[in-house]
Amino acid sequence: MDFNDTKDEAKFRDEVSSWLSANADKKEHAKDIYRPAEMSGEGESGESSALKDAKAWQAKKYDAGWACLHWPKDYGGRDAAPMERVIWGQEESKFKVPGGFFEIGQGMAGPVLMLYATEEQKKRYLPPMAKGEEIWCQLFSEPGAGSDLAGIKTKAELDGDTWTINGQKVWTSGAHYSDYGIIVTRSDFSAPKHKGLTYFFLDMKSPGVEVRPIKQITGGANFNEVYFTDVKIPDSQRLGEIGDGWKVSLTTLMNERLAVGDASGVDFQEIFELAKDQDFNGDTAISNGAVREKLADWYCEQSGLKYTKMRNISALSQGSTPGPEASITKIVSANKLQDIANYGMDLMDNASIARDEETAIFQGSLLGAPLIRIAGGTDEVLKNIIAEQVLGMPQDIRVDKNVPFNEIPTGSKN
Amino acid sequence: MNFNFSEDQLLMKEEVKKLLDKENSVKRNRNVLEGEEKFDKELWNQLVQMGLTATTIPEEYGGIGMGFLELCVIAEELGRGIAPVPFSSSVYLATTAILNSSNEDIKKEFLPKLASGEIIGTFAHSEKTTFPSESGISVAAKSGKITGKKVAVPDGDIANFSLVSATSGKNKIGLYLVDLSADGVEIDSLETFDPSRSHADISFKNTPAQELSADAWEDIEKLLDQSAVLFAFEQVGGAEAAMNQAKDYAMGRYAFGRAIASFQAIKHKVADMYISLQLARSNCYYGAWALSNDAPELPTAAATARVSATKAFYECSKENIQTHGGMGATWEFDCHLFYRRARLLSSNIGSQGIWKDKLITSLEKSNSPT
Repeated sequence: MDFNDTKDEAKFRDEVSSWLSANADKKEHAKDIYRPAEMSGEGESGESSALKDAKAWQAKKYDAGWACLHWPKDYGGRDAAPMERVIWGQEESKFKVPGGFFEIGQGMAGPVLMLYATEEQKKRYLPPMAKGEEIWCQLFSEPGAGSDLAGIKTKAELDGDTWTINGQKVWTSGAHYSDYGIIVTRSDFSAPKHKGLTYFFLDMKSPGVEVRPIKQITGGANFNEVYFTDVKIPDSQRLGEIGDGWKVSLTTLMNERLAVGDASGVDFQEIFELAKDQDFNGDTAISNGAVREKLADWYCEQSGLKYTKMRNISALSQGSTPGPEASITKIVSANKLQDIANYGMDLMDNASIARDEETAIFQGSLLGAPLIRIAGGTDEVLKNIIAEQVLGMPQDIRVDKNVPFNEIPTGSKN
Repeated sequence: MNFNFSEDQLLMKEEVKKLLDKENSVKRNRNVLEGEEKFDKELWNQLVQMGLTATTIPEEYGGIGMGFLELCVIAEELGRGIAPVPFSSSVYLATTAILNSSNEDIKKEFLPKLASGEIIGTFAHSEKTTFPSESGISVAAKSGKITGKKVAVPDGDIANFSLVSATSGKNKIGLYLVDLSADGVEIDSLETFDPSRSHADISFKNTPAQELSADAWEDIEKLLDQSAVLFAFEQVGGAEAAMNQAKDYAMGRYAFGRAIASFQAIKHKVADMYISLQLARSNCYYGAWALSNDAPELPTAAATARVSATKAFYECSKENIQTHGGMGATWEFDCHLFYRRARLLSSNIGSQGIWKDKLITSLEKSNSPT
């Protein structure tokens, strides 16, 4: 039982670390983050400069052979072992570097293209994706189909070699700065729900694509509605067979669950520091037994997630596949985030309502947490996955299987 | 890196599991619970023959010279089998306390007999309904004799000897070894919440006592940290057994024309059990690492493992009953055996509130909790 690198791992870590040291600034504190120069104090308007910096950093990594490490070299990767990818991530997180724009492309679109695209398409689209030159988004959810993704209604009709797409997608992260998208559509409304879907990739600059931002409860707008009006997609951009879109979507979702990790925002460290400083009935909050009990619970959750991750990394290092334990990460961390944010504001009492340097992170986390509990699989969907896929419990009895899709009620009826 | 047990350790775990399955350890728990015996001597002897009581004892003292990691995997299986034996008292606590000590005479006298199972030891610490703080110990040692009363000592009416915490003068707490058949020892067996494990009040009146240390409070805290990791593994084993019972029952129980395991209300309940179990297991692994390396992180790691394993066993054992419906609350079904054991293990070596407080105290001291 140890946390030590093998000889090869240590050698690789040295190599990574020295390249990073030569090309980026090391964090002084674990919580330091990269800030683009122009973004300080300008709020949302900083997105374009953050994107510019992220693209520059990604290109630098790509040129030196450090982008999409686990991808084949032919497509811009490094043919690296899973453990090497983990080591890269661990080391890169020690540096103040930009990120946050390429995960959907590299994490979800890339793997699907690798499985279903032609060789020519892979060579055309994967390297620029790895380099960060072209950004991809994922067009899945619709107003009437969230957790029940197979309930989508965006319509695809084939005429000759060209498909025409009409409908609406929602919750599309980064659609407003994306060059390409992966999209699942319904090509047959009279087939059963899971049988009539077809999957494509498309140019987001195609005529008839309209992107509208969604303002979230945080005030920010990271997601979009995307409208499709007679958008043309050549049949050569279909991924998988006609009517096989559900199977292709599952590949993407599996990767989504791997890509969605810890919730960012307040964690144990923030509430611990706050409790040490905060006055509570004439003493510090941390000297109160009730406060200590709560802190202990959150510490145990944080630590449990940290060492669950270690168990997974260890499995990779030993050459085996990580267990399903990772599926608990988002459920636990998103709920912890929400509860810590709420309790932090409780400890700050009425002063927590005012927005200042100290309250901002708690307020932001409290408003951000609800969406984290929903995005990338709701708590409820993830619990079904644990019960069904990890523990082998049976699926719910379905009323929408083997019924033509156009006979199934969908969406909101109120 | 290998943040896991070695193949040999996992093999050993499997062997212990096989023995407990073959001997129907859960049925034996019920026999002790319902019968007159204080523990299952037959099962105990089998564990001794397998060498489990000798695990951490060096060969020079008649042991097999393995480490705490082996003890962790054994503990998990004893928990899974809710074994009705005094293993935690004699091995996690008494044996570890003597191994920690520098008293060579006591080591030579006691360790070989503990290894061979010839004697059973325990640790008598609590005196009131609350877990003792340093100022809460009233049993007193003076000139090689101790006087006072310890309450609800686990296996107190089974053990041949006990480690006893007692004041040694000058506001110090010492640790003493007492032969429980000696003069001036009065043992009162208790009716308990989980009769599969015996407990007794023990009174001492000028009872001869060998001194391990006259200034032992830190040693006692360390002993509790060490044993907390082992208790936590036992709790994780029990929690996993309870979760699996709930799942298996739900998959075989039909209502409204379908397996109740297909209802989300049941699936989410079992998923919640799984989540609390995984968090506890991962924290236990870190505890095992800290314990086996005698790392400075042990106080934090032990308290974290203990708190999350206590929570997991409670949740899994209570929701196991709920999943079973009315039958889960009958004497006939085994659910209550796990529910009782979960409560018992939560109380031995200090309750949840005590360990949560210890955890935060150790984080305050370490100053860099993450």
